[in-house]
Amino acid sequence: MLPMTRFQTLVDDAVAAIDAAGDLAALNALRPNLVGKKAPLAEASRSLGAMDEAERKLAGQELNAARQAVQSHLDARTETLRTEARRAQYEAERMDLTEVRGELRRGHHHLVTQARDRLEDLFVGMGYTIAEGPEVETAWYNFEALNIPEWHPARGEFDTIFVNLGESEEVMLRSHTSPVQIRTMENTEPPIYVVAPGRTFRTDAADATHLPAFNQIEGLVVDKGITFGDMAGTIDSFVKAFFGAEVNTRLRPSYFPFTEPSAEVDISRADGSWLELAGCGMVNPQVLRNCGIDPEVWQGFAFGFGIDRLAAMRYQLDDIRELVNNDVRFLRQF
Amino acid sequence: MKVLLSWLREFAPDIAGDPVELGERLSGLGLAVEAMTITGEAIRDIVLARVLELSPHPDADKIQIVQVDAGDGEALQVCCGAFNMAVGDLVPFAPIGSTMPDGMEIGRRKMRGQWSNGMCCSARELELGDDHEGIMILTASAHGFAPGTPIAEVLGIEADVLWDLEVNANRPDAMSVAGVARDLAASLGVPFSFPDYTATESAESVGALASVEIVDPTLCGRFLARVIRNVTVGASPAWLANRLTALGMRPINSVVDISNFVMLELGQPNHAYDLATVPGGALRVRRAVEGETLTTLDGVERTLTGIDGVIADRTDRAIGIAGVMGGADTEISDVTTDVLLEMAWWDPPSISRTVKRLNLPSEASVRYRRGVDYGDNMDRAMRRFLQLIVQTGAVGTGGQIDEIGALPSREPVHIRPTKVNGLLGTRLSAEEITGYLSALGFEVSAEPAADDLAVVVPTWRWDTTTETDVTEEIARMHGYENIAHTVPKGDQVGHLTAYQADRRTVRQVLVGVGCDETQPMPFLAPGDLERCGLAEDAITLTNPLVAEESVLRTSLLPGQLKAVAYNQSHRVGDVRLFELGHIYPPSTGDQLLPDEHEAMAVCLSGRDATAAVEVLTVLGDALAFPDIELRHTAIAGLHPTRSAEVVIVGQVRGAVGEVDPAVLEAYGIEGRVAWLELNLEAVLEGPHGSRTYTPVSKFPSSDIDLAFVVPDSVRALDVRGALVEAGGPLLVELQLFDVYRGTGVDQGFRSLAYRLRFQATDRTLTDAEVGEARAACIAAVETAHGATLRS
Repeated sequence: MLPMTRFQTLVDDAVAAIDAAGDLAALNALRPNLVGKKAPLAEASRSLGAMDEAERKLAGQELNAARQAVQSHLDARTETLRTEARRAQYEAERMDLTEVRGELRRGHHHLVTQARDRLEDLFVGMGYTIAEGPEVETAWYNFEALNIPEWHPARGEFDTIFVNLGESEEVMLRSHTSPVQIRTMENTEPPIYVVAPGRTFRTDAADATHLPAFNQIEGLVVDKGITFGDMAGTIDSFVKAFFGAEVNTRLRPSYFPFTEPSAEVDISRADGSWLELAGCGMVNPQVLRNCGIDPEVWQGFAFGFGIDRLAAMRYQLDDIRELVNNDVRFLRQF
Repeated sequence: MKVLLSWLREFAPDIAGDPVELGERLSGLGLAVEAMTITGEAIRDIVLARVLELSPHPDADKIQIVQVDAGDGEALQVCCGAFNMAVGDLVPFAPIGSTMPDGMEIGRRKMRGQWSNGMCCSARELELGDDHEGIMILTASAHGFAPGTPIAEVLGIEADVLWDLEVNANRPDAMSVAGVARDLAASLGVPFSFPDYTATESAESVGALASVEIVDPTLCGRFLARVIRNVTVGASPAWLANRLTALGMRPINSVVDISNFVMLELGQPNHAYDLATVPGGALRVRRAVEGETLTTLDGVERTLTGIDGVIADRTDRAIGIAGVMGGADTEISDVTTDVLLEMAWWDPPSISRTVKRLNLPSEASVRYRRGVDYGDNMDRAMRRFLQLIVQTGAVGTGGQIDEIGALPSREPVHIRPTKVNGLLGTRLSAEEITGYLSALGFEVSAEPAADDLAVVVPTWRWDTTTETDVTEEIARMHGYENIAHTVPKGDQVGHLTAYQADRRTVRQVLVGVGCDETQPMPFLAPGDLERCGLAEDAITLTNPLVAEESVLRTSLLPGQLKAVAYNQSHRVGDVRLFELGHIYPPSTGDQLLPDEHEAMAVCLSGRDATAAVEVLTVLGDALAFPDIELRHTAIAGLHPTRSAEVVIVGQVRGAVGEVDPAVLEAYGIEGRVAWLELNLEAVLEGPHGSRTYTPVSKFPSSDIDLAFVVPDSVRALDVRGALVEAGGPLLVELQLFDVYRGTGVDQGFRSLAYRLRFQATDRTLTDAEVGEARAACIAAVETAHGATLRS
C-alpha cells in the first residue's frame, strides 16, 4: 500500500465513483471521468509543470501510483461486473433440455438394404464387383442356360411365377438370382469375380417365414485353376467375416443343375447344431459352354443365399412379412 | 424318402453305430436327414399296470381315484380324469420320474388334496394313435404280460431308427431302401448285397398268356411282364403293413401293398393289370394320338397329346398312361384272379412332361422321372414281387417277357485324374479314385501310364454321363469335409460401379432428410393403377397366388399410397417414405421383356408440393445435376395444378408435386401428400456429378434485398433465371426468402422477396458497382416478367 499522498482524495473519489457504478454500462459511462484526458488525475498532472525538479519528481511518482490505483480498481470492478452480468445471463437463460419437441428426425434405411449393403461391402473387400440384372426374365436365362431343360424335375421345384408375355412359360419373374450369372458371363471376359444381389420370386404364399418376393445374393467366380477348395475357403472366409470368427462352415453334397459338384452350406450355431445357409457348387461346364466360355481353360464356382433371412436372423424377426408391410413403427426400429 | 435302419441292414448287415452319427454320414453323402425318429424310444419309460380299485375323488367330480399295480404288487394311488377303465383292466402307466413322449416329466403331485403317484395314459399321450377319449385299454392285447412290462414289448414295437431323407433330383438310385443302403455301405466301407429272392414258378409259360410290343423305343427303354394266377386280394401281414406305414404309405390290400413295398425297397415302380380285361394279354407301348382319351383309375377322363406315352391293348385302345397312372378299365378288383404285372424303364423327359401337363405326381412317377435302374434290378424286383405274392397263395407262371427299347448308352465316361484333382483341389491318386468309384458300382479301367480312366456307369445312375458327373461322385465319397480350404489367388480389385455408388448417395440423402425406406412387394391388384389415375396397361401374372397380387407395377405410386394408408390406419398420420425399386412398364418396342427399370419415389404425407421440391433440390445438389427445371403441367395421378415435370438437362426424368386429392380420397388418405418420382436409371446414367472448384473470395460481400410483385402466371423459377442472368458472375448467392399474397398486393399477383449477395473474387466491390448490378437485376425482372419492384 502506498503512503497517503497529495492525490489521495482524487483516488478516493474515483474509487467511490467506481464502486457506485451498478453495472457495466454505468461504469463505461464513468470511464472518461476516471482514466480519460479529462479525468481529475489527468488535470492534476498538468500542475506538475510549475514544480521544482525534486518536487516534480516526487509528485510524478505519486501521480503515477494514484493513476495505477484507479486503473487497477477500475479493472477489478469491470471484471466483477462482467462476471456478475454473465452470471445473471446464465441464470436468466436456464433451460430444461428435456423440453424438446423432436422436430429433427433421421430417416431409416430398410433392414434389407442394411443387410445388402453390408454383404456388398464385404465382397467388395474380397475383390468382387456387384452385378445386377432384370427381375422379369426369359426361360433361357432363368432355366435353360443354367442347364435346367424344360422337362427337368428340378424346374418344378422353383415354384416359378410366370407372366403373360410371349409363349406359355417363356417369361417369368426370376426364381433365383442365377440368371445374372449367365448375363455376366455372356457380357464379360473372365476372370469374373461378382456378387449379384436382388429380388427373386416364388409362388410361396406369404406367411411368417415366406414371401412371394424376397431377396437373394449370388456369387460367381470364373478364373483359371479355381477349385472346390477355393469355394469352400471363400465361403468360410465370408461367413467368419459376416457372422464372427467363431462360426464354422461345412459343405454337404447337394444338387443344382447349374453347378457340379454342388453343396449346401451349413453354419455352426452356439448350441452345436448346424443351420442351412446357402447353396453352392462348381459352375457346370455346360453352363460355361452356354455362355461361350471354354471349361477346359476356365473353372469357377457359384453360391447363393437369402438376404431377408440374414436380416431376419440378425434381429430375430418372428414374422418376415414385416419386411414388406412398410409399417413405420417397424421401419424406424433399425 | 424314408428309410428304416433295420431295413437297410437287410442289405448291409454291418451298418451299425450311433443313429446321430449314421445320420450325419447320410447327410455327408448328400442324403440330407430332414428328421430322425428312434421308434420305441419315446415310450421307453411307460409300463403296463393293472387297475386294482376305482373310487370317487372326495372333492372333485371330474377326477377319480385309481389304485394300480405297476409291477411290484403294491397298490399305488393315482388321480385320473378318465372313467373308461374297469377293475382288472391293463393300462399303460407312466411312473414317477418317467418322461412322456412330449418331454413332460411325471412327478408326484396332489390333485385337489389327493396324492397322484404317476399317470395312466391315453393313446394320443403316448403318440400311438389319435384316441384321447380315455385311457388306452390293453386288457385284450396285453393278455399274458405281467404288470411292469415295458409297453414297447407289450405292443411289439422294436427299437429302430427312421430317417426322413431329402433325395435330390440327380439321385435316382437313392429313391429306394436298397439304394440308400448301397450308398451308406460304400461310405462306411462295409459289404452290400441283395438277398436272394426266389419263388417257384408254374409250368405254364408266360409267352402263351401275354405279349409286349414296344412301338416307340424312345418312350420305353425296357419292359418286363409276368403273369400271376390265383391272386386273392386280402390284408397284408403285419410286418409288411408296418414297414409301409413306417415309410409313410397306407396299407390298402395285399396286391397294392406288395407293389408299393417292392417300389420302396428296390426303387422299381410297377403296375398290375387284371389279365381278364386285357384281350390276349397283349400290350403295345406307343405315344398317344393327339386327342386320344382314357379314363384313369381315379375315375377322371384324360385327354392325351402326342408327348404322352400310353400302354394300349391288342385293339390299340389305351389302357394306361405310361409311368403315370393306369386305366380304370383294367384295374385290379375284388373279382380279379389273374394279374399281368408290368415293370418298365420309361424315358425320364417323356414322363416328366406328362406328369407336369396332367399335374399327376405320384410315388411311381417321381422315380420314373429321375430314371430307375434299367439293369438287373428290374429282374430282381420281379422276383421279389413274385416271392411276396406267392406267400399269399398266388402262383407265378413260368418266365417273363423282356422287351428292350432305347436304353441309355453304356459307353465309358473318360475321366482325367489331373482334371478331377484340378477341379476339386485334391491330390487323389488313380487308385484312390478307382476305389471310391468301385464302391459305388462304377467299373473303372485304367489306360496304362495315361491320365485317363475309363468309367462304365452303373445302370442305376443313367444320368451320370460326363467327367464332372463322375467327379461329383468322387468328391462325395472322398468327403467334402476332407477337401482343404483355399482362396482364389486372383488380383481383382473390388468396387461399386458409379451407378451403385450414386444409388447409395440417393439413399443417404433421403434418409438424411428424414425419410424412411420402404420396400413394398411389386405386385398390384387389378384396378390399383386406375385408382391412382394411371393407365391400367400393365403386365399380369399367369399364376398369381392371390388376385390382389396379380399385376406387375408400372409405377411406385400405388405401393407408396398403400403404405401411407396403412400407416394412417394405424394412427401414424404423417410419414415420410421413399422407395428405390424396379417398375415394369410393357415394352413400347418389339422387345419381349418389359421396359423394366429402377425408379425412385418420395412420398411425404401431411406436406404440400413444396416439400417434395425441397427434397428434389437437396438431391439435385447431392448429385450435382448441371441443370434442373420444373415444367408445370397436369400429370396423371398428381394434383393437376400442383405438379410439374422434372426436366434435367432438357430431358423429362420424373414428376414432382402433390398426389391428386381425388386419388387420395380413393385410397382413404387424409391430408395432402407431397410426391417426387424419378427414373433413377435415366437420371444416374445422364449427366451429373461434375463439380468444379471456385476459390472462396477473400473480399467482403454486399447483400441487397429485392421484393417484386409478380403475376401468378410467372414461375418463381423464371424470376430467378432473370436475376441470375442480370446479376452475372458477381451474384454469388440468391435466396427466395419470402412469398406474400394478400393486403397490399393485387389479386392475381404475389410478392417474391429475394436476398442477393454480390461479391468479386479479386476486389472489394464499390457501392457504385453494387448499385449498377442491383439496377440491372430490377430492370431484367420488370421488363421480362411484367413485375414491379415492391417499395
